[in-house]
Amino acid sequence: MNDQRPFVIIIIIFLVGLVLLTKLFMIQVVDDSFSRKAERNAIQRVIDHPYRGLIYDRNGELLVYNNPIFDLMVVPKEFTVKDTARFLNIFGIEKEQLITAYNAARKYSWVKPSPLIKQISTTDFAKIQDFLIDYPGLFITTRSVRSYPTPIAAHALGYIGEINAQQLERDTTDYYEQGDYVGLSGMERFYEDELRGKKGVKYKMVNVRGVDKGPFKNGAYDTASVAGINLTSTLDRDLQLYGEYLMQGKTGSVVAIEPKTGEILAFISAPYYDPNELTGADFGKNYSILNSLNSKPFLNRPIMARYPPGSTFKIVQSLIGLQEGILTPETTYACNKSLVACHNHPSPVNLFGAIRNSCNPYYHQAFRRMINREISTNTFKDTEIGLDAWREKVLKFGLGGRLGVDMLGEYGGDVPSSKLYDRVYGEGRWKYSTIYSLSIGQGELLVTPLQMANLAAIFANKGYYYTPHLIKAVDGDATRIPAKFTTKHEVGVDARHFDLIQDAMAEALYGTANRAIIEDLVIAGKTGTAQNPHGEDHSVFVAFAPKDDPKIAIAVYVENAGWGGRAAASTASLMIEKYIKGQITRPALEEYVLAGNFIY
Amino acid sequence: MREPDIPINRVDWLVVVIYFALVIIGWFNIYAAVYDSQAPQSMFDMSINSGQQLVRIGISVVLIILILAADHRLFENLALPIYLVFLGILILTPVFGKEVNGQVLSIGVGSFRIQPGEFAKFATALALAKVMERPTFDLTKSKNQMIAFGVLLLPVLLILLQPDTGTAMVYFSLLIMFYREGLPQWYYVLGIGFIALTLLALGFENNLYLVAAIAILALILMSIGKRSWKRSLAFGAIALMMIGYTYSIDWVVSKLPPHQQNRIMVLFNPDIDPLGVGWNVTQSKIAIGSGGFLGKGYLQGTQTKFDFVPEQHTDFIFCTLGEEFGWLGSFIVIGLFVALLYRLVIMAERQKTRFSRIYGYSVISILFFHFMINISMTIGLFPVVGIPLPFFSYGGSSLWSFTMLLFIFVKLDASRSQQLGRIN
Repeated sequence: MNDQRPFVIIIIIFLVGLVLLTKLFMIQVVDDSFSRKAERNAIQRVIDHPYRGLIYDRNGELLVYNNPIFDLMVVPKEFTVKDTARFLNIFGIEKEQLITAYNAARKYSWVKPSPLIKQISTTDFAKIQDFLIDYPGLFITTRSVRSYPTPIAAHALGYIGEINAQQLERDTTDYYEQGDYVGLSGMERFYEDELRGKKGVKYKMVNVRGVDKGPFKNGAYDTASVAGINLTSTLDRDLQLYGEYLMQGKTGSVVAIEPKTGEILAFISAPYYDPNELTGADFGKNYSILNSLNSKPFLNRPIMARYPPGSTFKIVQSLIGLQEGILTPETTYACNKSLVACHNHPSPVNLFGAIRNSCNPYYHQAFRRMINREISTNTFKDTEIGLDAWREKVLKFGLGGRLGVDMLGEYGGDVPSSKLYDRVYGEGRWKYSTIYSLSIGQGELLVTPLQMANLAAIFANKGYYYTPHLIKAVDGDATRIPAKFTTKHEVGVDARHFDLIQDAMAEALYGTANRAIIEDLVIAGKTGTAQNPHGEDHSVFVAFAPKDDPKIAIAVYVENAGWGGRAAASTASLMIEKYIKGQITRPALEEYVLAGNFIY
Repeated sequence: MREPDIPINRVDWLVVVIYFALVIIGWFNIYAAVYDSQAPQSMFDMSINSGQQLVRIGISVVLIILILAADHRLFENLALPIYLVFLGILILTPVFGKEVNGQVLSIGVGSFRIQPGEFAKFATALALAKVMERPTFDLTKSKNQMIAFGVLLLPVLLILLQPDTGTAMVYFSLLIMFYREGLPQWYYVLGIGFIALTLLALGFENNLYLVAAIAILALILMSIGKRSWKRSLAFGAIALMMIGYTYSIDWVVSKLPPHQQNRIMVLFNPDIDPLGVGWNVTQSKIAIGSGGFLGKGYLQGTQTKFDFVPEQHTDFIFCTLGEEFGWLGSFIVIGLFVALLYRLVIMAERQKTRFSRIYGYSVISILFFHFMINISMTIGLFPVVGIPLPFFSYGGSSLWSFTMLLFIFVKLDASRSQQLGRIN
């Protein structure tokens, strides 16, 4: 009667085996969600952060490097100290400090490492290194922070900081993660892609409590990080340092450019700050202090501050007039002070004299001829046509729009068009008498110090410029800099017209900026005074030198320092001397600039 | 020449080979479960589980030799004394044993400890074989049924005192042997129906669906076939009882301690509590499921290495296999178990004495139950009950008791020609 029962049992055994194997097939082969869950469980992806590229100055001097800082980490589970006094002595901390840090670590995790002592210097690290072996559960992690051997050029170099939410969102390549450091300003930001290098990824295994259990598959899937590319800046460390020295305690800008290349030799925005303040643990604290200062040290004045160009603009006017044939070297006007105020000088003057004496009525009269070309019999219409034609020529000097320097946040300045006046006064309701202050660089004209320096480079080059830039070489290779920095921009004025201008500028120093004169080094310069409705005028000076073979073009702005011939011209002259001669032969002038009493 | 008393040439070598294959695969997996790639220790290192398990395997070999060398009549003659001794130990265990997590599972002196619940399995199997071997013993008779169930339930009650529900459950696997020995089929129909109803009652959030299904089924059965008042009344009564049972189950479950409630509910939905009770099942499934077809490779597992799966070297040892050897490895091990069980059925059926056959089926029942339940719980087919995978799991008591269980039958089988045919 029980004959079939053994077969039933055998069938059940085989059926159970089949059911188990089917279920196993479902979860092991068909359903792959378990593999992903397993990876999340046990494999930790650890980013290997690359070393950020270094930045050198034009002569190979190091400007920015990575400074390793050491954190002493503790794993509370493994950590024991027998002789506390000895421990405190070796590691150089107070008992309370140790207890606080240790308790914080315990609170965070019993088995995961937390920092016990943060930011140990290299020398202290060397001291404690040998003792680490005596203390289980202690180890050192290395981080690197940006460091500046010479604390200069904060605005040009920029700083790095933790990536913010918007930047993360904009990062379509998904390269960045929360907590990554990115360039936030200056070269650090503009050349972020070059400097950042390439992250590596390490896969390590962790157990259920998160304790490191070594590399996954012996590192078969790990990728090494690639260090960032080193950059060579166009800056001249010594010139930059000297410029900042001269500008201490002042507000303003100094921009020096090598005319033949557009390379920025010095880029000073005063007041400035020590770039080392925005590194390491104190970033947040120092940032908010600096940010709250009324002097606005974060304002990048050379590219963000905009001033009327003042008398310096008369040179641009002269060049356009010459090119248009409206002016010739012989064109003479009387210094008619009823048109516009002027200071006392011989009258009438020809073009040379007008530049030398910075004669306002001369340009008032010359500009009228440049604007009112009698193309239209309607004087309003004629002014409009003339202004827009003139504006086109001015724009070629790199004014009225961004130059495209390799820094973010550049402002373009302003050269007004007919539309602006139409908006303000109504169409057909303004004429030359409305806009005449443009003739002497006042009115609605606005330029940045960088544009002014670029103008000086144009005068030096007799009619062309390269977009000013901070990058000289990428990984030591000058050909790898962006192509736009090696593109020559012609301003549309024939070189021959510049001879007279250069002569007049060299001569102008004797009339308006005696302090700037250097023996055996001919400087061509032009003072300016940017009118400031809020207080003392801003002192402006643009120049290039040596006149016959220009090596440096410079624009100096010193805010609230009055007449251009004093503060700005003196500073520019010292900078030129420093760059060309490498030394200062006029300590009295240097003292005069450092003292900073320009209003008298 | 007289046949030697140790009929070594009659030993069923296939069973021996499968046994050693499982033990050795198990040993390799125990090493894998404790292996730490950062601090690799030798498989033979006595400070880790694999080293200790090797000693236990060695002791098992000694046990095997002793069993094979012993007189085959010994087991039959000692069946009842052994049973009584273990009942005695089971009584003493809660008194003198060592309490761990509220359970008193082991007894012993110093570091040598055994779990009598494990050994009582083969003792009970021997005792059942002994009492059931009489030619007149008939499982269709209620008196004999009471005797058989009495022998079975005595150790169960004692083990429940420890309390060790998992091990106690194992004894009910001997119902398979009862089935072979003629316990009427309706017991099983009723039992399976009962279990199915229990599971359904637990599985359905709302019992109304189940009640409706039972009612409709009863109405269909009433309306088809011969119509009589008696028949309809019977179906109605059964349906009412079933409905009453579904509600009482929920009531009983609600009265259980929370951890047992959770163990039951997790079976139906491991996501209820993935970090608590569901943790074991979830992690175990992740470990096995991440193995894929070919596995991650020996010692390359990540889930079973780093303590994600609790009890991974004992009850959850199958996870290590599933993770590192994938479906193919699972197939081989399950195949070995199925082959062993099949072989044991063949062997049991060729026994000349009823004692040997009953004992053989007891071995089949116990091994089958362990195999089925252990693997099912690691892949979420059964609630987590703490029972080991035979020959695989780490632990002396489990390995030795399974070894003795199996090899007493191997011995009985090898000596079958020397036994008098008393089979009915």
